[in-house]
Amino acid sequence: MSNTSGFLFSSLGKKVVMGATGLFLVTFLLVHCFINALIFFNDGGLTFNIGAHFMGTNWLIRTMELVLFFGLVLHIVQAAVLTRENQKARPVAYANPGGNVSSSWYSRSMGLLGTLLLMFLIIHLAHFWVKSRFTGIPTEDANGHEDLYAIMQETFKQLWVVVVYVLAMVSLAYHLLHGFQSAFQTLGLNHKKYTPLIKKTGVCFSIVIPLIFALMPLAMHFGWIK
Amino acid sequence: MSHGNMNLTLKVWKQKNKNERGRFETYQAKGISPDMSFLEMFDVVNEGLINEGKEPIAFDHDCREGICGMCSMYINGRPHGPKEGITTCQLHMRSFKDGDTIVVEPWRSAAFPVIKDLVVDRSSFDRIMAAGGFVSVNTGNAKDANNILIPKDDADTAFNAAACIGCGACVAACKNASAMLFVSAKVSQLALLPQGKIEAKNRVLNMVKQMDEEGFGNCTNTGACEAECPKEISLENIARMNREYLGASLT
Amino acid sequence: MASSPKLNAKIPEGVLENKWTKYRSTVHLVNPANKRSLEVIVVGSGLAGASAAASLAEMGYKVKVLCFQDSPRRAHSIAAQGGINAAKNYQNDGDSIYRLFYDTIKGGDYRAREANVHRLAEVSGNIIDQCVAQGVPFAREYGGTLSNRSFGGTQVQRTFYAAGQTGQQLLLGAYSALQRQVGMGAVQLLARHEMMDIVKIDGKCRGIIARDLVTGKLERHFGHAVLLCTGGYGNVFYLSTNAMGSNVTAIWKAHKKGAFFGNPCYTQIHPTCIPVSGDHQSKLTLMSESLRNDGRIWVPKKQGDTRKPTEIPEEERDYYLERRYPAFGNLVPRDVASRAAKERCDAGYGVGASKMAVYLDFAANTERYGKIQATKLNLHNPSKEEIMRLGKEVVKEKYGNLFDMYKQITGEDPYELPMRIYPAVHYTMGGLWVDYNLMTTVEGLYALGEANFSDHGANRLGASALMQGLADGYFVIPYTIGEYLSEEIRTKAIPTDHEAFVKAEAEVQERISKLMNIKGTKSVDHFHKRLGKIMWDKCGMARNKEGLNWAIAEIRKLKEEFWKDVRVPGEANELNPELEKAHRVADFIELGELMCIDALDRNESCGGHFREEYQTEEGEALRDDEKYAYVAAWEFKNEGSFELHKEELKYENIKIAARSYK
Repeated sequence: MSNTSGFLFSSLGKKVVMGATGLFLVTFLLVHCFINALIFFNDGGLTFNIGAHFMGTNWLIRTMELVLFFGLVLHIVQAAVLTRENQKARPVAYANPGGNVSSSWYSRSMGLLGTLLLMFLIIHLAHFWVKSRFTGIPTEDANGHEDLYAIMQETFKQLWVVVVYVLAMVSLAYHLLHGFQSAFQTLGLNHKKYTPLIKKTGVCFSIVIPLIFALMPLAMHFGWIK
Repeated sequence: MSHGNMNLTLKVWKQKNKNERGRFETYQAKGISPDMSFLEMFDVVNEGLINEGKEPIAFDHDCREGICGMCSMYINGRPHGPKEGITTCQLHMRSFKDGDTIVVEPWRSAAFPVIKDLVVDRSSFDRIMAAGGFVSVNTGNAKDANNILIPKDDADTAFNAAACIGCGACVAACKNASAMLFVSAKVSQLALLPQGKIEAKNRVLNMVKQMDEEGFGNCTNTGACEAECPKEISLENIARMNREYLGASLT
Repeated sequence: MASSPKLNAKIPEGVLENKWTKYRSTVHLVNPANKRSLEVIVVGSGLAGASAAASLAEMGYKVKVLCFQDSPRRAHSIAAQGGINAAKNYQNDGDSIYRLFYDTIKGGDYRAREANVHRLAEVSGNIIDQCVAQGVPFAREYGGTLSNRSFGGTQVQRTFYAAGQTGQQLLLGAYSALQRQVGMGAVQLLARHEMMDIVKIDGKCRGIIARDLVTGKLERHFGHAVLLCTGGYGNVFYLSTNAMGSNVTAIWKAHKKGAFFGNPCYTQIHPTCIPVSGDHQSKLTLMSESLRNDGRIWVPKKQGDTRKPTEIPEEERDYYLERRYPAFGNLVPRDVASRAAKERCDAGYGVGASKMAVYLDFAANTERYGKIQATKLNLHNPSKEEIMRLGKEVVKEKYGNLFDMYKQITGEDPYELPMRIYPAVHYTMGGLWVDYNLMTTVEGLYALGEANFSDHGANRLGASALMQGLADGYFVIPYTIGEYLSEEIRTKAIPTDHEAFVKAEAEVQERISKLMNIKGTKSVDHFHKRLGKIMWDKCGMARNKEGLNWAIAEIRKLKEEFWKDVRVPGEANELNPELEKAHRVADFIELGELMCIDALDRNESCGGHFREEYQTEEGEALRDDEKYAYVAAWEFKNEGSFELHKEELKYENIKIAARSYK
């Protein structure tokens, strides 16, 4: 049957792709956050640089990096396609589009939040990833690892960068606040007993992870960690 | 109490037919009683317009007790107006204040073209139903009703999904004009019952296919449909449809 | 009395129990190849129309369905709340086909045809089977079996239901069967189309003229047979529980083209509706009869008592239904309950601002349920508040949606105060006269469901309308139509440029032009409201000779004024709701006159027809079986002139007796 091929082009199929890639990106965030949180050992980045070295050299992680890129592109492309289709579905807009009574503003603004995140991502990649993978990191730490930590300290000296990062993490929080539980709903995982748990987990995740991320530039900029 | 003493300003969408452009017109509704339903208030305005030799406002309505699903006004940014769990015909003027300005628009969706003023064409819903919203059983083929035992919980959940009146408020409320709550309610009702399970796979595939062809948007799980549904159909139905669809597509 | 030679009911010979089985097995058939070239038009998409269209299409006929709403699912069958009767005897309480048959005949005050009613009772069980197979989610017990409840006029529990939305669920079942045939191309669906007239060729009905309500265009449709499934005409009273669009036009046009109208005056006034609150009101809302299972009806014993209902002590309340009818109490049939309410209000005991209402009180049963719950929960010496709180939870589960609806409309909380209710027009037992095959006096033209007169006599029992609509559509017409169509297999589809079509269309066109060009000063609703008031005052719950004569004269004047002074705005070639209403109201006016003529002719009281001159000393309806045990079938002669034909009603299996619910 042509079910499987038709699936990806159907409204529901595209949604499943969004949900599945979204959840995949969530797992990436978790790993990324864990590694980066190593800076809070406050040991001049020694532990963190070990983590960064592992991430940069382990073949499994490097493979997953490719998968991650593929997932991210898919997430973005599908979002663009869906947004276009959804706009076409209502050619004449309401004069009074209604407010936040029946839905939250961030659930209706996933496209906007996502676009902000994409812009942030480009800046963020330019700051760190491009340097660590391509242009190279000039200094080494006491263990002889590339000193990515030093790059971070350098970058977060600039106030505007800190502001951008913190704002981006606010966007991420709202994006996750809707996206996390929404992905489960899309994948059909809705259950009287477990859905409330999923929703609570989603809220915690959406607050805790971006908060930890946001603390990194703040902590470095204001010298809470050396 | 014949007429009351509320005076309101109405901004209503007027559109001659499908092809011509529409615009808002302003009307004064005078001497309105708080006991009137929203549609009875429109009756009073229309009566006044006819007496003045003007053309009345066209709107869909029939049973006026919240069950036929015909009435369809988008009032102050909300389908069926400011109250939850009711249709426009069940909305009473006591929900408004004297002097209010009320904006009334038709359902807006590419799949619900405006026919005239506040009247839209919802035949896309009928076509989705024709694509699979049924159990294929010809008259006369049934066995004794109590031969099919159905757990009360399943029967109740199926009933709650079946309570959908097909008004289209879910589409009107959704920022993407998605019809998933409507489609999922029927898919769910029949997927929950043993009678419907036999052709569940084809049903969900065919109904979703038709839904996509009609030009409805995609669901982004904002939950506006559930919040605005006059029969409070649950979002769980959409998840169930997603599950059914995923299962049907991948097996 | 002998039946008029123009009325051949075609009731099969044989004993009552075997008539239908035998007839069904011997009725002429149409072979599958021929069915493909036979076309059937179904007007209306309610329970009768949708079920008939789906069933006929399944059999292979080419079917067209018209409905004036935007979708077949909107038909007013959807609003039926309480349930559907079937003689299943699932409750083991002694129900049987015979008992359902007997209850229906008795409930109809011995004015229905025995053979039809027995057939209805016979197929009632099949309907439940069919609906369950379609996935209709009826209420169930914890063991998974179907649940039943009681309705008025019966002492068994035979009513199947789906919360307070039984009509909706049954209609959606029939609608889904219909849409399945639409999807398969077997049915052509014409939504937002209204039938404007039938087309007759050589005495047979061969099609219809319809108006596309969106474009205003007139269309000609050919059919070997035409089925009118267009519901009742309660909107002749302006205020009724019917939908705003429910109308008489299709059957009235058929009547004017030769279909006799049966028992037009039989109107059902439902006892439990929300009272009228002002003259802006556009319709009345029913509170399901199922509420009478737990609600007790009363008025104060003192006239004009203005105290709050909760302040009136028990001994100063008159539970008049329990007092007058101890055997059935609050569950007497609708006509009896309605008349009793009117009697109390007319005598000055009414309540509420208008004094035209009685109380429907749930306090006693709330308390009873509360006590049962307290026992279940092992609460010893619970306080009165505790008991009432527990009781309210039970009541809420049973009737929550109805209580919410009441509160929404009246602004009063029925959990705290008793509901105020008053009777309102609900259903019309009268309709086109049909024979056993459901064919009218015009060959090839059928009437099904509420549109025909057939099964309910002078009063319909609760939960029987859904039963009749589906019986006609699923299990009667698929067989009986063969009797006629088997003779039509040689009739080729008649092209719609045939002169009869051209002429019929021209007549419709002329009427539209006439309505559009009056350009008078008053709206259609203005005339409709005036007609409604005449009908309600003089041809409503109580009628008398003087009033009816006055009403006939008034209606004639109203008709003249309508055609001189109505104003229909807009244009004919577009969506024009006012033009649609104008057509319908013009027909209602003519029908109103016939209803009064029929009511005047029937010098007796029976069921929903109560002539004040004919009552017992206790105020009960007084039938005259010697003179009036007949169906009044009216033939249209010319404007305002009708000829009466009588079909004698023979009771061979039931002993006809005074109807008592005491």
